[in-house]
Amino acid sequence: MNLFKDVGHLFRFVALFIVGTLVILGLRAAFTPRSFGQYGHYRGAALGDIAAHPVHFAGHQACEVCHADVAETKAKGKHAHVNCEACHGAQARHAYDFTNGSATIKPVLPDTAVLCARCHAASAAKPKSFPQVNAADHSGGVPCQTCHQPHSPAIAAGDAK
Amino acid sequence: MNLTRRHFMVLLPAAAVAWESVLAGTPAAAPNYKLTDHWWGMLIDISKCIGCGNCVRACQTENDVPDGFFRTWVERYHVTDTNLERPQVISPDGGKGGFPIAAEDEGKYFFVPKLCNHCVDSPCTQVCPVGATFISPDGVVLVDQSYCLGCAYCVQACPYGCRYIHPEKHSADKCTLCYHRITKGLNTACCENCPTGARQLADLKDPNDPIHAFLKTHAVQVLKPQMATTPKVFYNQLDGSVR
Repeated sequence: MNLFKDVGHLFRFVALFIVGTLVILGLRAAFTPRSFGQYGHYRGAALGDIAAHPVHFAGHQACEVCHADVAETKAKGKHAHVNCEACHGAQARHAYDFTNGSATIKPVLPDTAVLCARCHAASAAKPKSFPQVNAADHSGGVPCQTCHQPHSPAIAAGDAK
Repeated sequence: MNLTRRHFMVLLPAAAVAWESVLAGTPAAAPNYKLTDHWWGMLIDISKCIGCGNCVRACQTENDVPDGFFRTWVERYHVTDTNLERPQVISPDGGKGGFPIAAEDEGKYFFVPKLCNHCVDSPCTQVCPVGATFISPDGVVLVDQSYCLGCAYCVQACPYGCRYIHPEKHSADKCTLCYHRITKGLNTACCENCPTGARQLADLKDPNDPIHAFLKTHAVQVLKPQMATTPKVFYNQLDGSVR
């Protein structure tokens, strides 16, 4: 008995298998993004895509380039560690959009009645060491900035009544 | 043009190289940023958080987070003396507009800001069937929006509830640790706008980062350590009632 008598029948079968494998490998190469597997089982170019998102908050370093005077006042006061945009809102467009050397976008001054209360309204839930006031008892509705300079809020001895 | 077969064969490899560079796409946006030099995390000091909601608002502005969805949010815990195991937790609109005034009451109150923990062994990246979410070489768990199918398997897998399906993009979305900011040397939007310094971005690979001194000298915890996810968001003064 000759085991290899009918081996000729396998040629077409093997050829089809090889062609099929090549087609699948070719399709996979065509459809897998180029950077897939660069760092791991994901598209490496996604890192660049995500890093390219637009920035809305310029960061206090950008503010201090032009507003050095405010930064200096603030650094000496109780709000030294409160960054500019925490109160003034996102200002990247104000910081970066310029026409003829001046900022295109003018920031809107925040409403101190809402702003100050957000942090300083007295609540039993806040840490005890944080300065808090009940606005009605504290000032009877007089706006905060009548007495307090927001950039350096402690009232100096000479200013107090 | 008279192109012989010989010339055509010579030009073929050059064309292949050119096509390769077309497929490779544009280089990363921050050329001076080295992925291997960073390992990002965050430090949250519960004793400093006043529940103002600045971080939640800043995150929404910076990342165009749709209303009703959160990449970060703040919870207020109220633990009464008699019921330590059942704290009352509120988070009105994620704490975006601050919290209602609490009258002097029994028990204790504290705020817990939450965000993606950027886990080293994150269950969310392990379950993704297509490789659309991953931990980057600098330790940030990210979603490839153009590759995500929106199957929401990762949303279910996250033990911290930090992911959602974006209502317009129909793909998974989450905190990127402001990847577009930290790769440019900026602070994250939430940390930049935290008025009390309760949230601090930390680079665990930077030997000069103050996080190292802090971790050495404070009793710092992570959320749900029993899940073995190795989170990189560290909480100082975390109460045992926080789940």
